[in-house]
Amino acid sequence: MSDVYYKTVKQITSVLLFVEGVRNAAYNELVEIAMEDGRSVTGQVLDSRDGLAIVQSFGETRGMDLGNTKARFQGTTAKLSVGTDMLGRIFDGVGRPRDGGPQIYSDEQVDITGEAINPYAREEPSEFIQTGISTIDCMNTLVRGQKLPIFSGSGLPHNRIAAQIARQAKILGEGEEFSVVFGGIGINSEEANFFRRELEETGALGRAVVFLNLSSEPSMERVILPRLALTTAEYLAYKEDMHVLVILTDMTNYCEALREISAAREEVPGRRGYPGYMYTDLSTIYERAGKINNRKGSITQIPILTMPGDDITHPIPDLTGYITEGQIVLSRELQRKGVYPNVDVLLSLSRLMNQGIGQGRTREDHRGVQDQLYSTYASGKDLRSLTEIVGEEALSESDKRYLKFADLFEQRFVNQGYYEDRDIETSLNLGWELFSTLDRNEIKRVKDEFVAKYGKWKD
Amino acid sequence: MAEKKGRVYRVSGPVVVAEDIEDPKMYDVVKVGDEGLIGEIIRLNSGRATIQVYEDTTGLRPGSSVENTGLQLSVTLGPGLLGSIFDGIQRPLDKIKAESGDFISRGVNVDPVDLKRKWEFVPKVKKGDRIKAGDVVGEVQETSIITHRILAPIGTDGTVSEISEGNYTIAESIGSATGRSGRAIELTMMQKWPVRIPRPVIDKLPPEVPLITGQRIIDTLFPIAKGGSAAVPGPFGSGKTVIQHQLAKWSDSDIVVYVGCGERGNEMTEILTTFPELTDPKSGKPIMDRTILIANTSNMPVAAREASIYTGITLAEYYRDMGYSIALMADSTSRWAEALREISGRLEEMPGEEGYPAYLGRKVAEFYERAGRVHVLNGSVGSVTAIGAVSPPGGDTSEPVSQNTLRVTRVFWALDASLANRRHFPSINWLNSYSLYLDDLKKWYSEKVDKEWNGLYSTAMNILQKEAEINEVVQLVGYDALPEKEKEILDIAKVIREDYLQQSAFDEVDTFTSMHKQHMMLKSILMLDEAERKAVERGVLMEQLQKVSAKQKIARMKFAAEADADRYFEDVKKSISEIERIEARSK
Repeated sequence: MSDVYYKTVKQITSVLLFVEGVRNAAYNELVEIAMEDGRSVTGQVLDSRDGLAIVQSFGETRGMDLGNTKARFQGTTAKLSVGTDMLGRIFDGVGRPRDGGPQIYSDEQVDITGEAINPYAREEPSEFIQTGISTIDCMNTLVRGQKLPIFSGSGLPHNRIAAQIARQAKILGEGEEFSVVFGGIGINSEEANFFRRELEETGALGRAVVFLNLSSEPSMERVILPRLALTTAEYLAYKEDMHVLVILTDMTNYCEALREISAAREEVPGRRGYPGYMYTDLSTIYERAGKINNRKGSITQIPILTMPGDDITHPIPDLTGYITEGQIVLSRELQRKGVYPNVDVLLSLSRLMNQGIGQGRTREDHRGVQDQLYSTYASGKDLRSLTEIVGEEALSESDKRYLKFADLFEQRFVNQGYYEDRDIETSLNLGWELFSTLDRNEIKRVKDEFVAKYGKWKD
Repeated sequence: MAEKKGRVYRVSGPVVVAEDIEDPKMYDVVKVGDEGLIGEIIRLNSGRATIQVYEDTTGLRPGSSVENTGLQLSVTLGPGLLGSIFDGIQRPLDKIKAESGDFISRGVNVDPVDLKRKWEFVPKVKKGDRIKAGDVVGEVQETSIITHRILAPIGTDGTVSEISEGNYTIAESIGSATGRSGRAIELTMMQKWPVRIPRPVIDKLPPEVPLITGQRIIDTLFPIAKGGSAAVPGPFGSGKTVIQHQLAKWSDSDIVVYVGCGERGNEMTEILTTFPELTDPKSGKPIMDRTILIANTSNMPVAAREASIYTGITLAEYYRDMGYSIALMADSTSRWAEALREISGRLEEMPGEEGYPAYLGRKVAEFYERAGRVHVLNGSVGSVTAIGAVSPPGGDTSEPVSQNTLRVTRVFWALDASLANRRHFPSINWLNSYSLYLDDLKKWYSEKVDKEWNGLYSTAMNILQKEAEINEVVQLVGYDALPEKEKEILDIAKVIREDYLQQSAFDEVDTFTSMHKQHMMLKSILMLDEAERKAVERGVLMEQLQKVSAKQKIARMKFAAEADADRYFEDVKKSISEIERIEARSK
């Protein structure tokens, strides 16, 4: 660590400092920025050249000036002290305790950017996680090591759904519970309190690590926070053999912060002003989920984002969807109908479900039932929009059954209680119950033997 | 290698500016810093060179050393490539793992191919033979499927003075030749080739042979020729990757090069776990024996992502030069274009559309132009088929990468989110997609599949188009108001869509359908069409035809084993003939 303070800050913008006369600052090196009044904030080198370093400040630049503000280059990149004593603790966006507890000291100092998992070392995620929610377990199965985001909109109950998943998630046949790493990125204090209360009430706080940056706190910390959360998760998973569930909310705030830095740097913007490298940047967060061969632990990620204007083509959900292994999309229409959890099944997807379902994992008829529920519900919904034009009378008898099916599906299958923990058997049997309202011949996607075995028609 | 080292002047992400590099030339490969991070010179400006670095530059400082290797970014070619998984600059991921553990650290230096392994070399030329560039000097059985033909390197022209059979590593001398000027040429099984330069050929041939993929909607409606190029654009979740995987698994090319460019780590793992268990339908051998994987996942360095598709196509060209047909899948070219954009942005270049560099169109065209069915230098025929996935933001194909790709590729498989949402896979939209190879391939289909094939194709396509027209009417007046004749068209179109075009990649049988079975299936459906039309003419109502056994059987035909296809067809035919006996009933 160097003791040299540079008093050569020549330009300050909202989040950037241009420090002259610096000869060899390392790219991504940490910088301590000390103000005249004794306050100091941390920053990071974004661009370093002979004689100039551009530093991004993680704290507020209010009160900084040219001449008295000093920059000290710390000779190291951002690192986090990790240890099991982090469990049960709450930290802020740059890793300082915010629960009044002691600072974490540890020999394990880990670089927060993380390194990419060698695809050759990865293990294919295949262990079914039962969340107790039918629309996830049966329709968009989550597996251990997957990254499955929730695409929500403002005012929708994504936090409740995430909390319900965290409470109910388990691996069938294993007693072990998930450790939770929670990253609250720019959320308001009510949301923060909700999660804290949830974790406390279920007794999960003792096996949870919380990182919190409130909406009133410096936005630049939001860029660091998910990386702290994942560095912690990696430590717990790969060093302490734990199965970790990482919940990051709200990734939209992360992307906003990224755009803010990019704008301050006067970079050429990509779509809607977001930086052209946002895909790459997001991937360095999401890709930190996974399982590694011959290591016991795993990281499962559930990032939450709110789609601006409920627009799934907006760059934030769009780029996320291209990286994550599926998405759970929430529907405003179902919310209005009073359906909870308001999962829009048709837009949702789990790319890894194939490995996690079927005989020996869930049940042999799972794939067929899922397929059939999808296509039948899709047909029913199509007919629903058709009846708006031509009226229900113009439909054939079989079409009317499909229409009814769509309603039943939403009311009985999608809809469930906040504390209702349905096991996979229950969800699948519910599917068969719904099929029995249709003609047996219309069940084309399930193998005949399963129709015979699980069908609930009264012959 | 140069003695004098340059020094870093500026670091900004993957872009590094250095000064005082000895004899810098455009696209020279340099080693940056103490860790020797690999980079490539992409701009020169009075004494300063701009370098794109293929590894993470965190911690790099101005003043660090820069060393010029004087070489261009090249791949190592020789036996041992098949079955490997490389990163974007041809470093084998298994060896990186052995070196640096489960996570990829920086500055790992590993050989692209095993230099210690001995191969049994069998010469195909003898002393005194004249050899020229691209000639086969000998063979090595590289895997259970592929015989690796050792080619005389580009630039060779001479007479063999010595060559001998035996076990050699790829760097060892297998013999020598005397050049025309009397200069001695040492022959080995290894050569290098710069990735950004296409390997030379004699000439390009017209596309006449289809790449049979076993995917019904592709082979039947939108086929691609060997040596052709195809674009697969689609929003996320529309099944791009599954289609690419299916082609990699089942297409009848000799060799598959799969480039995972900026995509998911778990997807590459899926390939690594499933491919070794799968067997090639043609040879019955594991398909890994004919596959090369290149994986530069989204969180691996962005500059190496830019290089990865060139690495892939160069390896493909090398095997093409041995007279093989290669299918190259690039998933996704949008991520490659974004890498170009990111680097261009760091260079502060004037952006074109949506921030992409102005040369995007040229780069895309150059890449696809490296595909083709060609006469290789030794006169035999080889082909590289390029299939690029495109990930348009929001699924909107009016964006620059899609548009530039569609301009140069001749097959367009338009993936449709609304099909994918109802789990209709492959979600290739039959109205928007096209193949410009249809006419070129007609002859092949008529000769190799059946004389009637092209007729069946047109009829099926016609029905699908009419269905779209009738559906517009249904939206206004409802289904019941349609004349029976049109109801019949809707009925058959539904059969085509659900029982023919829909194909499950996850079902053991359905995942691959031979051309013969495709013929039997399509023929059954069109026979049903004919029988239904005749019935409707007799006054039979479509309601009466809903539950005929022929329909049930056709729906199950996709699950019938290949060997049973003929028997099954006869059975369906019999059921269809029962429709003749259905009587009209009075309304």
